[in-house]
Formats: sequence, structure tokens, C-alpha cells
Amino acid sequence: MVDYVWIAVALPLLGAALLMLFGKRIGEPASGYVATLLAAASFVIVAIAAADFFTGGNHGEQVSLFTWIPGLGIEAEFLWDPLAALMTMVVAGVGSLIHMYSIGYMHGDERYPRFFAYLNLFLASMLILVLGANFAVLFVGWELVGLCSYLLISFWFEKPSAAAAGKKAFVVNRIGDFGFIIALMLIFATFGTLGFESIFTRAGELLEDGGVTVTVITLLLLVGAAGKSAQLPLYVWLPDAMEGPTPVSALIHAATMVTAGVYMVARTSVLFELAPFSAGVVATVGAVTALYAATIAIGQKDIKRVLAYSTISQLGYMFLGVGVGAYTAGIFHLMTHAFFKALLFLGAGSVIHAMSDEQDMDKMGGLRQVMPRTFATMAIAWVAISGIPPFAGFWSKDEILAATFNHGGFFVVLWVVGVITAALTAYYMSRLMFRTFWGESRWAEGVHPHESPGSMTIPLIALGVLSAVGGLINTPWRLSLEHFLEPAFEAVELAHAPEGSTPWILAIISIAAAMVGIWYAYRRFLVGEAPEEKGGVWDALLNGYYVDDLYGRTIVLPGKAAANQMAFTADAKGIDGAVNGIGALVGRIAMMAKPIQTGLVRNYGVGILGGAAVLVLVILARGVWL
Amino acid sequence: MTVTAGWYMALAAALFVIGGGGLLLRRNALVMFMCIELMLNAVNLTFVAAGKAVGNLDGQLATLFVVVVAAAEVTVGLAIIITVFRKRATASVDELSGLKG
Amino acid sequence: MNAEFFVFVIFGVAALVGAVALVMARNTVYSAMGLLLTMLSIAVFYVLLDAHFLAVVQVIIYAGAVMTLFLFVIMLIGVDRSDDWEEQIPFQRPIVAILGGGLILLLLLAGQGAWTLRDSGVGQVGTIEEISEALFGTWMIPFQATVLLLTVAAVGSVALARYEGVLRGEQPVIEPVVDDGGEQ
Repeated sequence: MVDYVWIAVALPLLGAALLMLFGKRIGEPASGYVATLLAAASFVIVAIAAADFFTGGNHGEQVSLFTWIPGLGIEAEFLWDPLAALMTMVVAGVGSLIHMYSIGYMHGDERYPRFFAYLNLFLASMLILVLGANFAVLFVGWELVGLCSYLLISFWFEKPSAAAAGKKAFVVNRIGDFGFIIALMLIFATFGTLGFESIFTRAGELLEDGGVTVTVITLLLLVGAAGKSAQLPLYVWLPDAMEGPTPVSALIHAATMVTAGVYMVARTSVLFELAPFSAGVVATVGAVTALYAATIAIGQKDIKRVLAYSTISQLGYMFLGVGVGAYTAGIFHLMTHAFFKALLFLGAGSVIHAMSDEQDMDKMGGLRQVMPRTFATMAIAWVAISGIPPFAGFWSKDEILAATFNHGGFFVVLWVVGVITAALTAYYMSRLMFRTFWGESRWAEGVHPHESPGSMTIPLIALGVLSAVGGLINTPWRLSLEHFLEPAFEAVELAHAPEGSTPWILAIISIAAAMVGIWYAYRRFLVGEAPEEKGGVWDALLNGYYVDDLYGRTIVLPGKAAANQMAFTADAKGIDGAVNGIGALVGRIAMMAKPIQTGLVRNYGVGILGGAAVLVLVILARGVWL
Repeated sequence: MTVTAGWYMALAAALFVIGGGGLLLRRNALVMFMCIELMLNAVNLTFVAAGKAVGNLDGQLATLFVVVVAAAEVTVGLAIIITVFRKRATASVDELSGLKG
Repeated sequence: MNAEFFVFVIFGVAALVGAVALVMARNTVYSAMGLLLTMLSIAVFYVLLDAHFLAVVQVIIYAGAVMTLFLFVIMLIGVDRSDDWEEQIPFQRPIVAILGGGLILLLLLAGQGAWTLRDSGVGQVGTIEEISEALFGTWMIPFQATVLLLTVAAVGSVALARYEGVLRGEQPVIEPVVDDGGEQ
């Protein structure tokens, strides 16, 4: 069955090509249907292919598609193991739902077919990323999703803010990629190959436990992951990426692309196992980012920005999970987060769509009765992300927190950070819900919200169901997911929740934290007068602690100055000057030689006879002809 | 003193140089052409003399061919001069410096 | 001091005089006459060098046809135009003097070694029989090539000398402008 997995990649790729070339002719909404069907077909293929793993114990196979770079021994090959299967199902499944949603959401846009072409291309790229059997293929997918992110963020490129956001995303990503590439170079230098199979089986021999090489490699891999998954300090592109259409935010910046970093760390678990220091750094970065982003989220006014910072925060949880060695827990949270965050974004899109593209929560309110289906599904997601059982978010988040606590020592501090973040998460999500759906309607003039069409609400309902029950696949009584993923993580020791009654206590603490957050929001926004949220601290939060300004002044400005210097001085004057100078020089030499051509036959005759005399002289001197 | 082939060749050399000098000094196209004819004749004489010195007929045959070619050349050359004269009404080659620069 | 010597000296002087006349004469016809004298002298030399056929060819073709053609053209172009003795190109005369002088010196120097050859006996005499045997035997193909050359030259000169335009003395014919698509 693994031999047919490549079709799952080829179909959306084909769709992208088709829609790029013939999109205009196919038109709306047919191009949307084509793209969605191809995405759904992709999902069906990977789901069928994953059937092998449901019984557990199957290790997975590798299939080589073609020889790519013979000189470095790199093949284009796919690895089909439980981890890849899970990732592809999440990506293709949630992706298909979002494709379907976009049919309705992007209605009326003049570049409708191209949007779907990009979406399909993204799907294919993400599949390539998670299916890669070596770092090279993974990196190709990595770069391609970065490209698609750029294309989709700046989809409405007539808006300068959108174009700038796309550029920012790409550039910040690139910084992460820089670290990633150096890590790849080191890996190649150490192992002589980039294939996962050969690296992970030999890692134990070639790298010393806790040694410098492996620590450097893994830290650099973390840099790459941080760029892609928006962790400190490379997270600044994600809030701005909300300039893109909401389905883009849902798909790329919530459910799939940003999780590529987590996937990559999980995939290279063997290496992280050998570098406990780096693993600790991963966990710390994750926890700190989670808290940091949650604090910013509580001060945001734009509904999508709240969700963006929420994504950064939840990604921090995932990093915390894989950092302490709870790889399955981290991937589990990746999956549940995909469900409820995509749902939240799509719901927000539904709201924005209904409010005639209004995104400021200050101008919303009282949408409960007007948009019942959107409200109901978003409510499910709200409860899920807050970590209230039995909804999805609780099981995954709790498992991460329990495993962190179990690690002991310094990690208990991280556990505390995680719990605080959980409280903040519950708070800002409740704030979002209360401001948007409850209370008096603060709508602007001429806004008439209405429920969204079926093509938009069906995916919402589907994701709602998944957010509700999705967590049940890995409860402490039935660790189905862990067993599913076990073959992929055979080589490492998975961190677990502690034994005995400790996990129950921990669970109760985290639930309590969530309830505190919800209650506090309830008191502030529903019972009393909604507060103004202005002033020093609130402004700082609204502007994300002014980090963007900081980066702007310290990095962007010098960068621009250097670029100007290169472009206008070094290039225009220096290089162009040199080239033009040569041309001018040749011209001048020619002008100097011009008088030789007088046009008079007699002058030429003198030349000819003179030449003849010289020839005679040569013959005389040498005795022979030349 | 016997007149050897060398004497003829020396004379031919002198004729050749006189022809060359005339070619460069005169402006009239016709006179220049006649100087070329003189140079060709000088070369012919050299050929025949050398052929005599070697002892076979090769020199004379070469000269024969040179005569033919020179005749053809004169034909075409004079036609050209006439055409040029028709257009420009001058036979001075110094005025025909259109390819200057 | 045999007859050959005397003939050589006389006609050698004649040739040189003819050549100098060619270069120095003001009147173009005088130049043509000088060339004619040189050519006839060379014909005599051919006889002395046992190239009898060639001598006759020289007289008939060169002195007969080529010079006649030259004189025709001289008459056509106009002999009444006297050439300016002023040399317009700077340094032309000194350069030519040096070049000419140098070249003759070089040639005489070069010839020193080669020209002291003695006549190798009788050798072949250029009679018609001998020449035709060689021409139509060994040298057949170059011979045919020259035939081709002459044909081409004849055609070429006819094409070149076609007269388009108004003859001196005639009135130009004014044709009505007809738009025939540029066809001539």
C-alpha cells in the first residue's frame, strides 16, 4: 500500500498545476470543487494506507521514488510509518475540510481559482514534508510550505500590509532555515548521508551522549523549528500573517505548517535523546513562549490576532511536550490543536464574513442568536482549548503537563508555567467568546450579520465533532494513539505521566486553573461593565511588548541601509561602472584607431607595398618562408 | 658577359618597383590601372626567366594564365571605372573616399 | 659580348624608359604609349628567353587588345582633364621614395643568390607544339577554369556598363507617374 502513497502527493500537485494553468477558464466555483475533491481523495488514500498501522506493531516501510542527487547519495524517498501516517491524515483531513470551507468563504474573489491552486500546492508541499524519508526531501517540503505561506499570506497583495506581512513571514522563516541548513551540513558531515534510517540507527555510535556535536546539531535544528513554528524569538511573523484570508490562517498557521517544527523535532527524537541539554532548551523555549504569547493574547482587540497568539502559545505546549520526551503527547496535542484551532479560525472567519469583514471585537457582540451554528461549534472549540474534559484539548494538554511534572527538578518550574498559561488561555478565549457572541450588539452602521452558508458550516460541524471526541483516542485508560505511534518512537524512551494518584491531582489542578480563567472572564465581561483595557500595560500587550518595533530598529533598519548601500553604491556605481567603463574604454580605443581608415586607396596601397617589403625582409632574414 | 636569367629578373624587379611607385603616386584611376598592368608584366617576365633557368615550360604556362587573368581583370576594371566616372564625373581616386572612418 | 647582350641592353633601356614615361607623363595618352613600349620590349625579351609563343601572345593580347581597350576608355573619360601635380596626401612622396628604394634594394639583395644561375643549356623551347602539349595535357583543368573566368568577366562587364539614364545631349523623357506597385 505504501507504493501508492505518492499518489496522495501527486493529486494536489496536479490540482495546483491544473488550476494555475486553466483556473480562469474553469472559474468559480468549479475550481473550488476540483481542489476540494483532490484534497479529499488525498485523505482517502492516506487513510486507507494507514490501515496497516491500526493493528499496531507495523514498523513502516520506505519507498524510493527516484534517484535525486547521486553525488550526495540522496534519493527522493518517502517513509511511511505511524508518525507519517498520523501527520498525513491530520494534514489531508483538516486540509480537505478547509478547502470545502473556502468554496464559500472566497466567493466573489477575483482570483478565486488561484487561491485554490495555492491551497492545493500547500497541501502537496506539507505532505512531502511529513512523508520525507530523509532530510533533503523534508527540507524541500519545508521550503515549499514556506513559499506557499508567502503566496497565501500576501494573497490580497494590493494591500501593502498584506504584501509586507508575506515578506516578513518569508524572511523570518529564512532566518530559521539558516540554522536548519547548518544543522543539515553538520549531520551530513557526521553521518555522510541525510537518510533518516541510516542516521537514526547509527546515531548512538557516531555521536557521544551529551557531546558537543549532537548538542550543536540539535540546537540548530531547534532554530529552524522555531522559525517555522513561531517560537521565541522568531514568532513575529505569525500575528502579521493574519493579513491572509482566514482559511489560510486556519490551515497554515494553525493546523499544519506551523506544526512542521514540532514534527521535525519528533522525527529527530533520536538525536534529541542524545542531547539532554538541547531537549531541555526546547522545553524551556516552548514553555516560555506559551506564557509569553498568552499574556499578549489577553490584550488583543482583533479576533484573529487573539487566535494567532493563541496558536503561538499552544505551539509552545507542543514544544514543551517533545522537549521533555513526551513525543506522543506532543503529537497528540498537535492533532487536537489542529481540530480546535482550525475550528476557531474558521468560526472566526464565519463571523468576519457575516460582519462584512469587521475584525475588531469591540464592534461585535450579541451574535449568539444570529449565528447559532457558528456559535455552537466555536463554543465546543472554546471549551476544548481551555482544557475542560471530556473535550479534546484536556487530554492532550494534561498529558504534556503530567509528563513535564514527572521529569522532575527544573521541569517542575516549567509545569507551573504551563498551568499558569492554561489559566490565561481559558481567560482570553472566554474573553473572545463573551465579547463576540454575548452582550449588547455593538455593530457598526449597515452591518447585518447572518449565518454562513452550508459549505462553510459543514466543516465547522465536522471539526466540532472532532474537537469534542477527538481526545478520546488517547485517554489514560486507553492509550490508543500512543500504541499507534509506538513503532515510530521505538528508539527513544517516551516520557510518561507519573504513576499512582499524582496524575489525577495534576489534572484537577489544571482543570481548576482553567475554571478560574473562565470565571474571571465571566465576571469581567459578562456580569459587569466591559472594561476599557487602555493604558500603559494594556498598550504594551496590544503592541506585543513592542518587540516588532525593537526588531525594526535593531535589525531591519541596518539591513535596509546595507541593502541600499549594495544596490545603489556597490552595484550601480561599482559593478555597472566597471562594465560600462570597459565599454567606454573600447569605444575610446576605437576612436583613436579610426583615423587609420582614410578611405583613400593610395594610403592603403602604401600599406600593402610596405607589407610586401616586410615579407621580403622576413624571407631574407630567415632564409625560409616563415 | 652572358645574359643570364638573373639579369632579366633584376630588370623585372626594377619595372615592378617603378610600377608600384607609380601606383602610389598618380591620382588618375586609368594611370593607376596601367601601373598595375606594368607590375603584372614585370612578374610575367620573372616567371619566364625563372622557367628558362629551370629548363622546362612551367614558367611560360604560368605566364599564359596570368595573361588571361589580367585580360579579364582589365575588362571588368575598366567597366567599373566607366561606371564610376558616369556617377561622379571624376577619374581621381582621391575623391572616392566614401569608406572613410 | 654577343648579340643577346646588345638586344638586352637596348630593349631593357626601352622598357625602363617606357615605364618611367608611364609614371611621369602628364598626358594620359603619353602614359599609354609608354606602357605600350614596355610591353613590346617585354615581348622581345620573351623571344630571347625561348618563349616564342608567349611573345606572340603578348603582342596580340596585351599590346593589341588590352592597350586598345585602355585607349578607348581614355578617350571616353576625357583626356583634356589635366591632372594636378600637387600631392594632396601628406608625406606620400617621401614614403613612396623610401618604400620604392627599399624594395628594390631588398629585391636585388635577395636575388643575388638566385640570379647568378647560369642558363641550363637548351631546355625546352616554348614552341606552339610544346606549349599546347603541356596546356591541353597536364594543365587542362586550370585552362578550363580560365575559360570560365573569361566568360564571367565578359558578362560582368556588360552588366556593369549598361547605360541607364540620359545620354549627354538628349532631353530627359518625363514619364507619367504610374502606381504599379513598385514594379519596374
